[in-house]
Amino acid sequence: MAPKDHSGQTHNAGDPSVIERIDVDPVNAPARRPLYEKRRKIFPRKASGQFRKVKWIILAATLGIYYVLPWIRWDRGPNSPDQAVLVDFPTQRFYFFFIEIWPQEIYFVTGLLILAALILFLITSIAGRVWCGYTCPQTVWTDLFIWVERLIEGDRNARIRLNDAPWTAAKIRKRVMKHAAWLAIAVCTGGAWVFYFADAPTLAPQLLQFDAPMVSYVFIGVLTFTTYMLAGHAREQVCTYMCPWPRIQGAMLDQHSLLVTYRAWRGEPRGAHKKGESWDGRGDCIDCNSCVAVCPMGIDIRDGEQLECINCALCIDACDDIMDKVGRPRGLIAYDTVAGLETQTAGAASRPKLFRPRTILYAVLISLVGIIMLVALLSRSDTELTVLRDRNPLFVQLSNGDVRNGYTVKILNKQREPRVYELSLQGLAGADLTIIGLNNRTVKVDSDRLRSIRVHVTAPGAGAPVSDFHLVATEKHTGAVFRHATTFRRAR
Amino acid sequence: MTTVDLPPKSAEEIPPKTPAARLPDTGHEWDGIRELDNPLPRWWLWTWYACILWAIGYWIVMPAWPLVSGYTTGVLDYSQRAVVEQKIARNIEAQSVYLKQISAKSLAEIRADPELLSFSMAGGRSAFAVNCSQCHGSGAQGAVGYPNLNDDAWLWGGKLDQIAYTIRHGIRNGSDDARVSEMPAFGRDELLEPAQIRDVVEYVVSLSGRQARAAAVERGAAIFAEQCAACHGETGKGNQEFGAPNLTDSIWLYGGDRATLQETIHNSRRGVMPGWQDRLTPETIKQLTVFVHSLGGGQ
Repeated sequence: MAPKDHSGQTHNAGDPSVIERIDVDPVNAPARRPLYEKRRKIFPRKASGQFRKVKWIILAATLGIYYVLPWIRWDRGPNSPDQAVLVDFPTQRFYFFFIEIWPQEIYFVTGLLILAALILFLITSIAGRVWCGYTCPQTVWTDLFIWVERLIEGDRNARIRLNDAPWTAAKIRKRVMKHAAWLAIAVCTGGAWVFYFADAPTLAPQLLQFDAPMVSYVFIGVLTFTTYMLAGHAREQVCTYMCPWPRIQGAMLDQHSLLVTYRAWRGEPRGAHKKGESWDGRGDCIDCNSCVAVCPMGIDIRDGEQLECINCALCIDACDDIMDKVGRPRGLIAYDTVAGLETQTAGAASRPKLFRPRTILYAVLISLVGIIMLVALLSRSDTELTVLRDRNPLFVQLSNGDVRNGYTVKILNKQREPRVYELSLQGLAGADLTIIGLNNRTVKVDSDRLRSIRVHVTAPGAGAPVSDFHLVATEKHTGAVFRHATTFRRAR
Repeated sequence: MTTVDLPPKSAEEIPPKTPAARLPDTGHEWDGIRELDNPLPRWWLWTWYACILWAIGYWIVMPAWPLVSGYTTGVLDYSQRAVVEQKIARNIEAQSVYLKQISAKSLAEIRADPELLSFSMAGGRSAFAVNCSQCHGSGAQGAVGYPNLNDDAWLWGGKLDQIAYTIRHGIRNGSDDARVSEMPAFGRDELLEPAQIRDVVEYVVSLSGRQARAAAVERGAAIFAEQCAACHGETGKGNQEFGAPNLTDSIWLYGGDRATLQETIHNSRRGVMPGWQDRLTPETIKQLTVFVHSLGGGQ
């Protein structure tokens, strides 16, 4: 790269008639490339506009949720954690506001992940890399880190100057401040993470007094390192080289997906434009490179769709700003579709096509999974009765001629208080039931516990080899009845 | 979506600007898809070198390379086997809390303590699978000549202490404390005539409520009272002191049909069980006792 003179590159904000060309190259310019290439530093310029505003709001919302969520309290009564969102490994529970997930109900989490994936598919097929551009943690934290960087070192040109400057005290001071701020954010990121796995108000003082479990510090350390490296140093390299999702989502895009697009039919042929010059016979693009300067990926959107583009729409804001200044309509760079671009190039107006086989398929799948999840969640009982029949021996001949079968009965009490259940039989003539180790038929199950008991059912020896019946547990307090179908076996 | 009201340019005016079209490729092309020749990021190369260094470090500190006999153990001397042994030792340590209580408490106390009961059930089940299931079956369901331990019929008694004694000392195994009884071989030793044995068989069949020839039953009853009642009782209900089975119930150790009964009376039956007190710890025997007692027939 030839050394550049960076002075006087910004367009003069005070005089809208003078917009100068910014000297900036896209990082993937078709120059001769070595086998291995050093990362070329990108100094994104500050953009402002509607998309930047949306991105700030999403940044504040997502980071706010991430940092604040573990501190929200949720009263579940005595002997239960009062943290709204808690992954409790020691007792093997996942608490999410009013829901408490047991290990055997992990399919709820699976379902949620499937649902999230399908929604991501739908959004991607409609509006492209919205996830990448707005909500991906990599994007959000990088945005935050760039904001900090800009606060300390200044905007693009100041940062370039600082980068090229010799190591003076001022430069060292700025750099130390920047990295300290980044590290502080990174530590907070790791710090917030561990609060999801323990009671936050208990853990926080422990962490500060170096009294917390070692695993907390390990995770804070790992997340501090990854946050600092990925958001501070690796940035666009993560999206371009590390992340598999951009490659996968190629399968969801088609010519009707909205993408951040340079409308070449409007912009070309591009060239510098002086105020008062005619726009006839030329494109609207004044080749000011604003779109390249603001790009956090360091690419030129005018080169067409590129794998580096995360569709963050900052180039739209930058270009709209310029179009306003030169008095041309906005939308030279805009969300548009490949199909729409073709239609427009042919001279017709275009509308994005929302209903396509793939979007309909995704929507149907989302509804299907959503309904299944909802039904499963609503039909979730706070008592679960399971009956496992003995297979060895299948049945036992008793001395008085009766036959006995053995069962392992498991009663799961998800309630906050202990429950008493009375066991009985339904549909087995002349049968009697005994619980091993208990003198009666009532079983007390402690709150939030599974109790496994052995049950013997005895019936007259004469009868069908296989008889179906129900084992019934009646909750004493509420009278709720739980039934489980099983069989009774005799000799053939 | 904004559409713009501007005179569009013709398609020819728009140059192909995609970078891919201008980038060098490897010359590989499949169905119009070209393999571009982009440089790898340099940090990737460094990461690869770092992985190689990590691997070399790993060889030094961890077990890595197989040798002719054995392997390089590494300077940390880490061994998965040692970790497992530590875990086993920790678990035994954790179990000792229960084992101490089991050692100190009586069988009835263990039976009454839910925690010790469930620990003994688990420990007894595993000891049973290792030591007892060969004869009594994996479900303790027994076999011909080997009693079913799930049912409510007991040759030597189904109380906790009786079961514990049987497990400790065994049956007819020659040791001094073993449970012993001898049923005479009435036919082989010519104590009874074959016709008399047939009559006794008819009587025994009638004892459990089955159809039998009345005349033979009457003759058999007289012989039974003389020869068998001493052990099996006047009414045939057996006697656990001698391990004499109850002949009036539905459970038959060797079979209740006439041919088997005849063979039993002719040759006698002498089931043998080893004593376990020298092979198993007292705690294990207690757990086994509680386990067997809980199978369904415990008295």
